[in-house]
Amino acid sequence: MADKSYDIIVIGGGPGGYVTAIRAAQLGMKTAVVEREHLGGICLNWGCIPTKALLRSAEIYRNAKHADNYGLNINGIEFDLKKIVERSRSISKQLSSGVGYLLKKNKVDVIDGHGKLAAKSKLTVEKDGKKVVDLTAKHIILATGARARSLPGLEPDGKLIWTYKEAMVPDAMPRSLLVVGSGAIGIEFASFYHTLGVDVTVVEVLPRVLPVEDEEISEHAHKAFEKDGLKIMTSSTVTALDKGSDNATATIEQNGQQNKETTELTVDRVIMAVGIVGNVEELGLESTKVEVDHTHVVINEWCETGEKGVYAIGDLTGPPWLAHKASHEGIICVEKIAGEKGVHPLNTLKIPGCTYCHPQVASVGLTEAAAKDKGYEVKIGRFPFIGNGKAIALGEPEGLVKTVFDAKTGEMLGAHMIGAEVTELIQGYAVGMTLETTEAELMETVFPHPTLSEMMHEAVLDAYGRTIHF
Amino acid sequence: MTIKILMPALSPTMTDGKLAKWFKAEGDQVAAGDILAEIETDKATMEMEAVDDGVLGKIVIAEGTEGVAINSLVAVMLEEGEDVSAADAAASTAPAPQATPPEEAAPAAQPAPQAALVEKGERIFASPLAKRMAADAGIDVAVISGSGPHGRIVKNDIEAAMAGGAQAAPATAQAPSGVPSLPAIIPSMGSYTEIPNSSARKIIAERLTASSRDIPSYMVTVDCEIDRLLEMRKDLNDRSPEGEDAYKISVNDFIIRAIALAMRKVPGVNTSWTEAAIQQYDDIDVSVAVATEDGLITPIIRSADQKGLAKISIEMKDLALRARDNKLMPEEFQGGGFTVSNLGMYGAKEFTSIINPPQSCILSVGAGEQRAVVKDGALSIATVMTCTLASDHRTVDGALSAQFLQVFKTMVEDPLTMLL
Repeated sequence: MADKSYDIIVIGGGPGGYVTAIRAAQLGMKTAVVEREHLGGICLNWGCIPTKALLRSAEIYRNAKHADNYGLNINGIEFDLKKIVERSRSISKQLSSGVGYLLKKNKVDVIDGHGKLAAKSKLTVEKDGKKVVDLTAKHIILATGARARSLPGLEPDGKLIWTYKEAMVPDAMPRSLLVVGSGAIGIEFASFYHTLGVDVTVVEVLPRVLPVEDEEISEHAHKAFEKDGLKIMTSSTVTALDKGSDNATATIEQNGQQNKETTELTVDRVIMAVGIVGNVEELGLESTKVEVDHTHVVINEWCETGEKGVYAIGDLTGPPWLAHKASHEGIICVEKIAGEKGVHPLNTLKIPGCTYCHPQVASVGLTEAAAKDKGYEVKIGRFPFIGNGKAIALGEPEGLVKTVFDAKTGEMLGAHMIGAEVTELIQGYAVGMTLETTEAELMETVFPHPTLSEMMHEAVLDAYGRTIHF
Repeated sequence: MTIKILMPALSPTMTDGKLAKWFKAEGDQVAAGDILAEIETDKATMEMEAVDDGVLGKIVIAEGTEGVAINSLVAVMLEEGEDVSAADAAASTAPAPQATPPEEAAPAAQPAPQAALVEKGERIFASPLAKRMAADAGIDVAVISGSGPHGRIVKNDIEAAMAGGAQAAPATAQAPSGVPSLPAIIPSMGSYTEIPNSSARKIIAERLTASSRDIPSYMVTVDCEIDRLLEMRKDLNDRSPEGEDAYKISVNDFIIRAIALAMRKVPGVNTSWTEAAIQQYDDIDVSVAVATEDGLITPIIRSADQKGLAKISIEMKDLALRARDNKLMPEEFQGGGFTVSNLGMYGAKEFTSIINPPQSCILSVGAGEQRAVVKDGALSIATVMTCTLASDHRTVDGALSAQFLQVFKTMVEDPLTMLL
């Protein structure tokens, strides 16, 4: 391949990179994506999508087991792990090739290899240690994403100690599992394995599970998980892992109210889900003015780094580590480069987050505590699933919808939900918040009956003392 | 046979008016000559009389409706023996050309005064949160430029406006219609009472804003010594007869006559600018600013150059009295070639006025007060009155203004010349 020059080159073909490239191409810029592994990145191949496929299998299994609650007789329910994993992999493959098609359709060149900044506006692509091609571009966008963080002494080995990658393609079911970290990734795997009958223990260093969520939601989730049989240890740290031939013994220190308690737990497998680190290495950043802070590239509101012509988006630039944040940042970045009018910086307070455990958790905006910390006088609304006809008809009477309003202006500051299908509901509030609706418009909105969404209406009414059904 | 009552044209220029009040209710007996309703035009309130006997069958335009076009159906009268269904039929078949439906214009139906741009039917895109925050802060969203998608006004814009105080919006916010809308940002002024804008107030706002915006105006000031004028005034007033012809000439009456005579000598000030040509008026009509509760109104002393001081004085008193009662006929305040505004009675030393279009000039008259003046190298005392002429430079150049003031000053300082 001869030397080629582009308007825009995106390093990394994940949900940030490929969306950025398509938008750049739409804006008439000659664009290329450099991807070293799979188009679609972690999200499509090793993250969001394949885990949703696994969790869907678990959900159907769970519902089948409770079939008698619905008046159905299903006997001899079993699962085939191999098929569950195969299904998950084939879905990833299908979507990854879909991304390839989209890029081709938009005339974006895809270059296979590892991209590295060489000099100003220059990029070298290597494959298996050998140079493939030199490229030049007016604008280079780094979208290399992130990977699992490892803790000293607890480094994943791929056999006994897994990261999300091994956890997604088990060849056999472990009997027992220790999940370190109760963020979205840890809790989803805990939920999946627990549903399929594994004895799962979750260890969280902070005092509550799902620590980025509203405290009330964390509490609700904790109770729901424990009721379901998940074991949860909060304020706890795994201080040592003693690996045997086919199991590992973890030393867990729990910080009680008075004293520390140390327990030992022997499990077949351990999943490390203690956060992620940015993929900042081997990008040739050393010879540039690109600033890196704690494995994340520092950017301004238009995704510009310290080096002119070099931009960064997505997980590489820090939290929230979400595919939709990466995509949106990429679009802002290229629209700004193209000189589009009306481009607005990303408002991270309006990015919804979803966790697909059982029960599901979804939220957008400020938690009640964060709103109070910011000095807002708040109005809080709550509505429980038990008050919703559709939830009861579905056999999902457990959950909560919580709203946080600025008492002064009626601005919706945040919404927090736990329960069936809330990951599909949260977007209603996100649209409202982005349009800057107040409680008045939300109250005026007609919500269809019977739906779970009626709880969103009631939770708004409740914040103003007007709830009807509870 | 039903009688259709149409919105009357109360002056040649009237296009619409406000149906201020109904004096008769549906079903009331009406005799010819009875006052049916009160109609408010831009500057006056007029009574509408019944021309026939009958029964007021149906009121079509509700009391308080603004912008009722002339010749639109406002009510239906029934003759002897007819019933209400006839009135309904007449009301429904009658062409009501430009009548504004009452429910749309009735003041009670409008919860809050809307921004001028909104009244003109142009939608302002603002988020609900931005609208509420603006309302709470007393900020008019019409003067804020939006930074959201497609210029939508969002929370940030209101916060910026609140932080920036009376920050003028970039031109984009006002560009669409050319409607005068000044930044009306009043950050957190506490509680207030809303005073609804009367028709007169709206007209004042519209016309004077247009004047201020469109007319290249400038000021020329002159001091006049009025000791001799005051002496002559006293002398004349002492000679006033008793009874009907009694007069009490004011300083302002002298000024009106002096202006009229100066206008005759310097006709260039008695003009209007139009794109096609400058119109110079044949008649010398002086508009006199009168403050009323509703706002400023300018009744006219017609052909003032042909009227003596006593006549001017008597006429002026009558006009001012009726102006304050809102009883002027349109032709009594519409027109005029020159305006005088006198704030001397309030002790104002000197001031400037905004030109009353389509006229070219307005003279602002201050109080006569004793001042130290130097004459022939010696200090002396004189009663001095400062007059400031604002002129439209499109029609009246500086030299012409000065020339007018020179003639005016000569007459005021030597009032015997006014008799010539």
